[in-house]
Amino acid sequence: MTISPEPTSAASTAASPIGVRSVDVGSGRDARNDALFRRAMFACALLVLLALAGAAGATLWGGRQALGTFGWHFFTSTTWDVNAGQFGALVPIIGTLVTALIAILVAVPVSFGIAMFLTDVAPQWMRAPIGTAIELLAGIPSIIYGMWGFFVFVPIMSTYIQPWLIAHLGDGTDDAGKATGLGLSVFSGAPIGVGIFTAGIVLAVMIIPFISSVMREVFLTVPTRLKESAYALGSTRWEVLWDIVLPYTRTAVIGGVFLGLGRALGETMAVTFVIGNSHDLSASLMMPGTSIAATIANEFNEASGDLHRSALIALAFVLFLVTFVVLAIAKLMLRQLAKREGGK
Amino acid sequence: MLKSITSKTNKIRMTTLAIAALLATGAQAASITGAGSSFVYPVLSKWSAAFHDKTGNEVNYQSIGSGGGIAQIKAATVDFGASDAPLKAEDLKHFGLGQFPSVVGGIVPIVHVAGVKPGQLRLTGNVLAEIYLGNIKTWNDPQIAQLNPGLALPATQITVVHRADGSGTSFNFTSYLSKVNKNWQSKVGFSTSPSWPAGIGGKGNDGVAAFVRQANNTIGYVEYAYALQNHLSYTQLQNASGNWLQPGADAFAAAAATADWKSAKDFNLIMTNAPGPQAWPITATTWIIMYKKPKNAANSKVAFDFFKWSLEQGQSQAEQLAYVPLPPALVAQIEAYWKSDFKN
Repeated sequence: MTISPEPTSAASTAASPIGVRSVDVGSGRDARNDALFRRAMFACALLVLLALAGAAGATLWGGRQALGTFGWHFFTSTTWDVNAGQFGALVPIIGTLVTALIAILVAVPVSFGIAMFLTDVAPQWMRAPIGTAIELLAGIPSIIYGMWGFFVFVPIMSTYIQPWLIAHLGDGTDDAGKATGLGLSVFSGAPIGVGIFTAGIVLAVMIIPFISSVMREVFLTVPTRLKESAYALGSTRWEVLWDIVLPYTRTAVIGGVFLGLGRALGETMAVTFVIGNSHDLSASLMMPGTSIAATIANEFNEASGDLHRSALIALAFVLFLVTFVVLAIAKLMLRQLAKREGGK
Repeated sequence: MLKSITSKTNKIRMTTLAIAALLATGAQAASITGAGSSFVYPVLSKWSAAFHDKTGNEVNYQSIGSGGGIAQIKAATVDFGASDAPLKAEDLKHFGLGQFPSVVGGIVPIVHVAGVKPGQLRLTGNVLAEIYLGNIKTWNDPQIAQLNPGLALPATQITVVHRADGSGTSFNFTSYLSKVNKNWQSKVGFSTSPSWPAGIGGKGNDGVAAFVRQANNTIGYVEYAYALQNHLSYTQLQNASGNWLQPGADAFAAAAATADWKSAKDFNLIMTNAPGPQAWPITATTWIIMYKKPKNAANSKVAFDFFKWSLEQGQSQAEQLAYVPLPPALVAQIEAYWKSDFKN
């Protein structure tokens, strides 16, 4: 096999023995092959767009009955009553957004710590094994996180974490009926283990490997010269991280965070196990709720009637929209950041 | 030499072919398909294995849920459908379908309260409905305490667990609550996926059982077999004639026997709150749905053979799985229905 400077296909190189081929013929063929190659690449890229448009179009088409029947109310109504044929997606939408938000709030600082530890603090011999372990964690199927969440984490939540939160931040009372907590409604209710908060934490555990391995990769790309100069000027570890490493890798770090966010928004099985699957809207994070993906997973098999099925497919379309909007906001934020950098 | 060998192999080939052809015509094993309710899946798969051993005919059953089973039989893609809720008379007429009960099972409330053993807690249908409505909030509520003198119940909040997916179990459970509680009937009604006023959802019988086993102070409802397998505390219930009953095969059989099948056209009767003095109030059956004029006569005949065999001889296998055989009078009525309504 010969290596040709132009991207020629293997077949044409093999067909024309080198040395015999005249320069003119060769360059003509190369140009043709190049055009062919470009078109093939374009087709590959187009396939992604087609798949995206196809999936969005199919869910929109499948959900047309529900969207047509309820119009904007589908997005603003909290009623999900299969019997009465009333379907509103607000509760699942809020559940999806809030669980993903909790997941990000927990996962980003932790991942940051992991990545920082692995690139700068940990002794050399420790870095590779922990790095591999994180990548293995990223490969665990979500159903296993769901089972772990349900059988291990939910009891811990209901016996230790939630009672403490309710007693100190929520509407907890002592034996005499006197309030012990701050009365925050987000932390009020009964410690039943499952719920929005638990789902958010389980999601955080699921996305930490994604975010931290991206962060670790990009932190490694920061030139040692830069960091050592900062250390030489007397910077602490934190200052090096905050003022040198992070600005250098900002775009990639945010990209990693949104990769995790994308997974959190669409996660199905693990959330279904621990979110409580209830269509009631509650101000408290301790209470059960539902997410878009969980609702579809629960109800699609036994959907009663065309309108119910259509409403579930419309929910899938809403998930598309939510993901799209969140990613669009991310892009805008990045652009804003880049502008500010330029203005400095 | 060479010639004689080839002619010999040819001869052998011919004989093999002839034998194979003979065997094929001799056995004539048919393969029929059914789909629907997961309630009957365990017993149907046991029956079909035994039926296969006996006759060589295969019965493939997919437990995709009652809704799916109805959709598939309406589309005539299966030879029989199975549903936990009976089809309405006009639906049966419109599609030319007939339906009959196959096996009886019981649904039991299950609780997880410290110190309460299986079969110890007593509940009336009315109190059960009030708990599921969210009106009775704690275990030491006077309405529960009054039914259970001498049983120490904690002052903790009740966590209600219901099915998150559409289900025949929910259908029968809410049918019972509607019959015994006016509030429930007007506010919620009965359906395979009712709009639950309170509580958290588990997916499938196993999901509800797992949650109740896992979390303290919970109440749920499952098929009796799941309560036994998971060693859960089922409750006593007061039936329509005012007797306190433990769940069990006799109580389920009594409900099937005292239900008024004679006057139910196409067996369109929900057995909950049956009148017999020993009848368990939440007893359910699964209906087998077939075309009155078969789309595939040969398959339909095998299906009838299968159900005839299972109703007459397969009921002991049903008992092993905590189902209850249909009472003999009902079996006779079903066989008469086959003769009068189905063309075969």
